[in-house]
Formats: sequence, structure tokens, C-alpha cells
Amino acid sequence: MQALTNRIKHVDRRKMNFLERLYLVAIFKGMLITFSHIFKKRPTINYPEKKRPFSPVFRGLHILNRDEEGRENCTACGLCAVACPAEAITMEAAERQTGEENLYREEKYAAKYEINMLRCIFCGLCEEACPKDAIYLSETFAPADYQRKQFIYKKEELLIPHPIEDPEGYKKALGNKVKKETAN
Amino acid sequence: MLLAIDFALIIEKLVLIVIVVMASLLIAMYATYGERKIAAILQDRRGPNRAGPFGILQPVADGLKLFFKEEIIPDFSSKFLFILGPSLAMMTAIMTSAVVPWGGKVHLFDRDISLQIADVNVGILYVFAVVSMGVYGIMIGGWASNNKYSLMGALRAASQIISYELAMGISIIALLMVTGSLSLKEMVVQQQGSLWNICYQPLGFFIFLICAFAECNRAPFDLAEAESELIGGYHTEYSSMKLGFYLFSEYINMFISSVIMSTLYFGGYDIPFVNEALYDQNLMAILGVLVLMAKVICFIFFFMWVRWTIPRFRYDQLMNLGWRILIPLALFNMLVTGALVLLKQNNWHF
Repeated sequence: MQALTNRIKHVDRRKMNFLERLYLVAIFKGMLITFSHIFKKRPTINYPEKKRPFSPVFRGLHILNRDEEGRENCTACGLCAVACPAEAITMEAAERQTGEENLYREEKYAAKYEINMLRCIFCGLCEEACPKDAIYLSETFAPADYQRKQFIYKKEELLIPHPIEDPEGYKKALGNKVKKETAN
Repeated sequence: MLLAIDFALIIEKLVLIVIVVMASLLIAMYATYGERKIAAILQDRRGPNRAGPFGILQPVADGLKLFFKEEIIPDFSSKFLFILGPSLAMMTAIMTSAVVPWGGKVHLFDRDISLQIADVNVGILYVFAVVSMGVYGIMIGGWASNNKYSLMGALRAASQIISYELAMGISIIALLMVTGSLSLKEMVVQQQGSLWNICYQPLGFFIFLICAFAECNRAPFDLAEAESELIGGYHTEYSSMKLGFYLFSEYINMFISSVIMSTLYFGGYDIPFVNEALYDQNLMAILGVLVLMAKVICFIFFFMWVRWTIPRFRYDQLMNLGWRILIPLALFNMLVTGALVLLKQNNWHF
């Protein structure tokens, strides 16, 4: 019969000879293969002690940003909530009172800002929608918890540490966000 | 006189028994750790490394876990036999160590202390008797569970051990023709002066090795607990420390059969290329124990290495190998050895 393609694999159907029927050679070969794995590099890393670096485009938990003086950037415009395909973001706006200029950068601010981390799909559209550079996705991922309501992150969880009171925490939370900005 | 009992001897033997039992328990404990670590290394994984440095405390954690587990005795089981099973498995596993010569003689407190609990002149027969008792633990456990999978596992274990014990016994007969003694101590002393028995009995050793795998219920002969077919085999219904006993006795069996193989074929506590008589007696005795342990560790590694290489046999393949290959091979080995021994006695004249 003529072959249509030249991809036929011929199966060896010869009867096994005495040496092959003993299986000892095959077993010996197998033993050598497993033994050689002793010297192979292990792909596993010791996780909590050693962590693999995230990709620069990794999208983790959200952070609500402050400016250099520690004032919240968010003006509660609601663009992020509109952009959110999972409808995970809710907020309530409030007007800035006199004497609160050191807390909020503009006249309007978010009195309540919640992200439901169980709904969030970490697409990063909120970050893209934000005109005030107030929200961005950091390099940490959502930790486990015991209750569903714990996954609704409020302002306390989302706000970045104060840059003047806790400069180290601020820098850490900012991560390579700075690098991304300067690179552009 | 009946009263002239040598109390020092009794104390000496008691101490030795305690040490040997403790040591075999400890080694079996770390064999479980070794198994997991070796399995991991052979599969490019890391293995236990959380409990203590390098996971050294992992066996302790495992043991504690087993102790704290709920103990379940099934309603329809016969309770006495259900408890007897694992106890018997454990007891027979430990009993074998009684006749093993662990080392030469140590000179302590003006006494020559032999590092062997009992130098029975039918040592190897004793080992055989106790090892074949070991299957009762499995059979009773499997029967008492009142579970079809357990029963199947027990039946498999029984038939497997009967099949492989024959070939093992015949390969030992060939060895006995060479050594002319049943005492394990005597065999080691003979090997100290000359070549190890492996040089005279390579085929016999090979058969013995395969049968030892089968007797220990180790992969590729672990049909008795074939988890993919029989859930857990004979220990399906067992939980808590009773399960622990079964698992533990398997590792002790592995340790003891490694010791027996080293003693019979690899010179036991004989240090290769060293004439023990030339050096300090105590030092040589201790070194001898260490050398024996090194040989044993090599064997245990081999057991594990094979386990992670060869897949389990099918039941008919197992029986085929035992009855139609190993037994004829062992008989052939026995005949050839017998002929050669006779010829040698006849100064190589026909």
C-alpha cells in the first residue's frame, strides 16, 4: 500500500530475544535513568524563604496613592468604578472641609472606598482609568482569610503608608511604580 | 549448679537487646525519612525540609501525628485479631535481629562481650522461621478487618511470601553448601579470612535479593497493599498507631533483610582489605559495626532506588516470576554449586 504521507511510524513487532525477555537490561537502564536524576537541578525553590521576582507588569493588590506631602490623591470621581468590569469598586464622595487641606489634595475626596477582592479580576482597568494617579496595582497578592467579609478591602487596607510619617513603608508599597513612571 | 547463673551475662545481653531494638527502631524511623528524601531527589523534588534542619525531625512529627490520630476499630471486625495483627507484624520484624552478629568482640569490664544477642547454631533457619511468621501479622490483620480489599491484600501477601520463600530457601541451601554452617557468626568469620560469599554465589545472591524484595512487600512486589487496586490492601481499615505499626514493621523488615544480605553475602561486619587481628580489638569491633551499617545503608538505598524505578508487577507476572523463573534458577544454582563443592572435595577429579 502506498503511504499518503511519510509520517508513518513503524512499530517493531519482532519477538523479544532472550536478553530482552530477561528484562534485566531494561531494569538496569531504568535504574541508571533514575540515578542520573540525583545530579539534576531541582526546579523547586524553598518558597517562603526564597521568592521568584514578579514580572514588571504583574498586577497584584490595589493601593490608594498619596502625593509627596501625604495627601490622598483620590477625588472620588468614580471613573475606576465605571471602568471596573467586575463591579468590585464602590465609593462615597465627601467635600473637603477647611483645615483638611493636609489630608486631601483636592476639594472632593473619597470618604468610603471599598474593593471587593473576591470580585476583582486584577485586570488593572481602574489603574488605567484613574486621571489622578490615585489607584494602582502593587506587587503583592491577596492573602488568605477565614471570612468572606474580610476580603472587602476598605481604605485602611488600601491606603499607602504616609510618605513623611513612614517613608520606608511608603517606598516599599510604591515598589517599582517609581521606575515605571521614570521609564516613560 | 543451677545457682551459678552468670548475672553479668544476663545484664550484658539485656543491654544488648535494648540497644539493638532501639537502634533498629531508630533506623527504621529514619528509613521513612530517607525514603521520602530519596524519592524526592530521584524525582527532582526537595522532600521534607521544614521540621528541623533538612527536615531531620520529620519522622518525629510523623510519629506524633499517628499517635494523635483517632483510633478506629470497625464494628464488624474481630477486635482481638484486629489488634493482634499489627502487634505480630511488629514483633516478628524486631525478633529477627536476635541472631544477627553486629560486630566482633568488645573487651569491657574484664569481659569479652560478643556483639550478638544469641549465636544460635541454626541462625539462618531461625531468621527464616521468624520472617515467615511475619506474614501472619498481615494475614490476621487483613482477615480481621472484615473488608474485601483487606482480605484480597492478605491473600496476595500470603501467596506471594509462600512462592518466594521457596526460591529464597533454595538459594540459601546453595550458600550453605559453600559455607558448611548455619550460624551467621560462623559465616562472617569465614568471610573475614577469604573472599566474600558474593564471589562464590552471585546467582544465589541475585535470587535472594529479588526474594527479599518480595518478602518485605516492597515495590515492585507490593501487591499486598497495591493502593491503585486494593485501596490500602491489608491495612485499609487500620488507623492511628496500628497503621503506624504496619508501616513501621515494613521498614524494620527492610532494615533486617539488608542486614541479613550484608551478613550472608557481603561479609557482615568484615572491613574490606583490613586484617582485623592486627589492630586493637575494641576499635575494630566498633569499626566493624560501622562498616556493617554502611553496607546496610547501601542496601536500603538500593531498596528505595528500585522502588522509584520499577513499576509494580501484575499478579500473574509475580507468580510467573516466582514459580517458573526463580525456582528453576535457584534449583540450577543449587545443582551447580553442589557439583562444584563435590568436585572440590574430590580435588577436582571426576
